[in-house]
Parts: sequence; structure tokens; C-alpha cells
Amino acid sequence: MALREVALSPQRALAAKLCVNHLSMVFTRDGKSTPVLQDITLEVSEGEFVCLVGPSGCGKSTLLNAIGGLLAPTAGTVFIDNEAVRGPDPRRIFVFQERGVFPWLTVEGNIAFGLFKLSRSEREERVAHYVKMVGLQGFEEAYPSELSGGMKQRLEVARALAVNPDMLYLDEPFGALDSITRHIMRGELLRIWETERKTIVFVTHDIDEAVQLADRVVILSARPAAIQRIVNIDISHPRDISSPRYLELRDGILQQIGLAHKI
Amino acid sequence: MNSLAEPKSWEKVFWPVAAATLLLAVWHYSVRWTATSIFPSPLQVEKGIVELFHKHVLWQDIVSSLRRVVIGFGAATVVGVPLGLSLGWYPAANQVVNPVMQILRPISPIAWIPVAIIFFGVGEYAAIFLIFLGAFFPIVVACVNGVSNVPSVYRRAGRNFGLAPSQLLAKVVFPAALPQIIVGLRLALGIAWLVVVAAEMVAVDSGLGYLVIDSRNSGKRYDLVVAAMLIIGVIGLALDLGIRRLETIKSIRWGFGNGS
Ligand SMILES: Nc1ncnc2c1ncn2[C@@H]1O[C@H](COP(=O)(O)OP(=O)(O)OP(=O)(O)O)[C@@H](O)[C@H]1O
Ligand SMILES: [Mg+2]
Repeated sequence: MALREVALSPQRALAAKLCVNHLSMVFTRDGKSTPVLQDITLEVSEGEFVCLVGPSGCGKSTLLNAIGGLLAPTAGTVFIDNEAVRGPDPRRIFVFQERGVFPWLTVEGNIAFGLFKLSRSEREERVAHYVKMVGLQGFEEAYPSELSGGMKQRLEVARALAVNPDMLYLDEPFGALDSITRHIMRGELLRIWETERKTIVFVTHDIDEAVQLADRVVILSARPAAIQRIVNIDISHPRDISSPRYLELRDGILQQIGLAHKI
Repeated sequence: MNSLAEPKSWEKVFWPVAAATLLLAVWHYSVRWTATSIFPSPLQVEKGIVELFHKHVLWQDIVSSLRRVVIGFGAATVVGVPLGLSLGWYPAANQVVNPVMQILRPISPIAWIPVAIIFFGVGEYAAIFLIFLGAFFPIVVACVNGVSNVPSVYRRAGRNFGLAPSQLLAKVVFPAALPQIIVGLRLALGIAWLVVVAAEMVAVDSGLGYLVIDSRNSGKRYDLVVAAMLIIGVIGLALDLGIRRLETIKSIRWGFGNGS
């Protein structure tokens, strides 16, 4: 249904969902100030999948936290649906790089965490659905300390999806997964994105991951991060990762970042 | 030898028993060789323990001591946990209260005995007050630290799901701080057990502390003194083992090292 709506009204589909306006961030610690974000301006359309890539420590997580209203920027504003963001909102859920699953709750408890407004039966149904989606059946009663790193990441993704947000902020959500699980999770994320038209901002280190997933890849410079370039990935899904266009785009980004693509 | 290898099960029992036996032997022969007539030998103490168990009043003393600890420690928990959580939650309030706390905290509850007697007279309430004081500060400090050490990612996740501040405290900050709070409670219970014995030596005429001092005063029965001391030790150990069981609760266990 959401799909048809988008198809019928192209203007709505192109409306800026997220608008980052001249955002700057300076951290001050022990009297020393570190500029981390420098005048970031970025628009993300409704239903768009945007990847942020950049060198380690450049400020990707800081940018995502500021977009999510969890950090107040030093200058600039973030607008969502033309409203200035003043704090976090359950319609826009984070998956944190530092792994935010609650160790005192079971797998079920974690997934149900954001569902306190639902009736019990709805909640149980939702939990069961997402347990299955991320392949944690049989671990419903397990605590995170009994799970592997990858299982914890899947659990956090499930917790985020369970509240059915319209935006997802994912900070290297698949970083600790093995390449097979990562592949499956990417496919799963794309499937959810395509069926539910969520707007996704996805931080990653992995250029291949960015080119496989995103509509646009935003390349950030080293700290203080500024937008270096934005690359449109004009390949339709499902993407053939050995097609010339894919390789061309990927190599272009690698070059932009200053990495040779031969090892 | 591989230091990572689990000791064999007979070794786990054998060595502690051997150490205890050695200690008893040293004690026994020290008493014999010095030919002291004051300090009791292990055998005399054993007879003393049997004698105490046959006297009905031992059970009353144990119950009295435990009752005081339960009341004093319980009150310290009931007052200290909410106070500590609030101070951790409002750092501004903590900055106001912290200097006073840091001065009061290192004062041994024993030093408070005269003050307790002025406030409550010689008796039950003075003893309970001292136990309360001894347990109160470690509990408050553990709660303050527990709350301020909660990783920011948990708070951010909680806020992200739309929790109001009070819900954030109840559903995120408190469970995240609970392992540290329990460490504080365990410490406080240990102190409470130390303090009750001391308080009973001066403030009341019942309880295990009174049993120790009374055994000495009425007839220099050092066999009973040492017997009472051992009983105090065993009960203290039992209390500690009891509260340590909290650490094995599944929603708390993650905070204690090898959580699996
Ligand atoms: N609260 C803070 N106070 C001071 N400095 C901070 C704070 N948070 C982040 N920084 C600094 O800002 C810089 C960017 O950090 P950030 O976590 O955004 O990087 P990142 O791009 O996400 O890195 P990575 O790819 O390794 O996750 C770092 O140099 C870090 O030291
Ligand atoms: Mg980061």
C-alpha cells in the first residue's frame, strides 16, 4: 500500500524527509576544543536509503546522534518533516554502534521494550514475528550475555524494527557479523526497506556494503567531517555485485577516499 | 602445571581442610606449650560451643542480633537506595550533599556510640541506629556510583523508545545500576554484622556481642568467649553467602564478570 502511494504522488516521494542544515559540532573537553562536524548540509527524501561513509573517527556517529536528537549540535539545525528536531523520538529508532541491547532483559524482553503501549497479545505477536525474522528462535528466554556478538546485533536490529519506526538510524549495525550473516541481514534490511518504505540513514565503514544498499552514498572527509562528495547509486535492486556499473561506482568511491583498489 | 586447569574435586576439599587442620594444630600446641590457663584450647572451645547450644539463651542472643541487623540494615536499604538513586540521577543535588557525606562516611560507627546513647539512651534503639549508620553510607555511595556509571548508550536507547524520565529511571537506569547496588548492599550487610556485635557490647544486654562480653565479665569464661566469636563468624559467613545469591539472579548476573 505504501508502495502505491509513493508511486502515485512523486512529489511526496521526493519531499525532503530529513533536512540537515549547516550543522557543526565542536566538542570541548579539558579546555581543548575539537571540531568534529563542519557545516554539514544534507537532504534525505522520504523512503530513501542513505549511507554515510568516512574514515574512522571522522564524526559519523556524532552526525548520526545529532540527526537523532541525542546530541545538541553546536550550530545548525536538523529538520524532520519540516520540524526542528529537539530530542529523540520513537518514530525514529537508533541501532547504536556501542551495542545498546539491555543485558538485564531477555531476548523477548529487549524486543518488547519499545512496545509498552501495545496490548499484551499484540506485543507477543510482534515479538514472535521479529524473533523469527532475525533468526533467534529458541533463544527467546536467553539473556544477551548468553548470545554471540552477531546475535546481539541482530537482536538490536529486531528491537528497532519492532516499534515500526518510519526512520532508522543504523550505526554500523552489521559490523560484528560474519560475512554470511551480514549478507543475509543486508538482504533482510533491503526487503524491509522496500516493503515498508522506511527512510534509512546507515553508517558504515564498508564501501561495498554502502554501494550494495544505498540510493546515495555520502562520503565524509577526515575530522572535522565535511561532505566530500555524494554518489548516486543508480542501479536497481537486486544489485548484481559483479556488474560493470557496480564496480565502477565502488572504485570511484574508493578512489575518492584515497584507497587503491588493489591490495 | 597448567594454571588454567580446574583443580581436581578432591583437591578443592582437601587443601582448605588441611589449612584449617593446621591452624587448629598450631592453636592447640601453642596453648599446650605456653601452658596458659586463661586462653582456651580448641577442645575446650568445642565444649564451650556445646554448652552454649544447650543453654537456651544462645538462640535468643542469635535472634536478637539478627533482628537488630535486619531492622538496621533494612532501614538503611529503604532510605539509602532511593536517596542514592536520586543523588545519582540529579548530579546537582549530589554536589551539594557529597562533601558532607564524604566527611561522615569514614567515621567508624563505633565513634558514634556516645552520640547514639545521647540520642536514644542505652538500649535497643541506640544499637539499631549504629547499625543503620554503618550500612547507610556504603549503600548510598554504591547507588550514586551505580547510576552515574550507567553507560550512556542505555540511556540513549531508553530515551529513543520514548520513555519519560521516571520510566527511564525505573526501566533502564535502575536495572543497569543494580549489580553495583547489590555489591554495595553486600558490603553494607557485612559492616552491619560487624557493628551489631560492637554495639551489643556497650548498648544492650542481649545478643551475641553481649554474650562475648558477658562471658568474660561473669567468670572469665574465655572458652565461651571464643565459642561465641566462632558462632559470630559462622553466622556472618552465612549472611554473606545468602546475599551473594542475589548475584546469581539472571537479570543481575550479567554485571558480575563471567556472566554465563
Ligand atoms: N562526547 C565527546 N566528547 C569529546 N569528543 C568526542 C565526544 N564524542 C566523540 N568525540 C570525538 O569526536 C570524533 C568523532 O567521533 P565519532 O564517534 O563520531 O567518529 P566515527 O566517525 O563514528 O568513528 P568510527 O568509524 O570509528 O565509529 C572522535 O575524535 C572522538 O574522539
Ligand atoms: Mg562511529
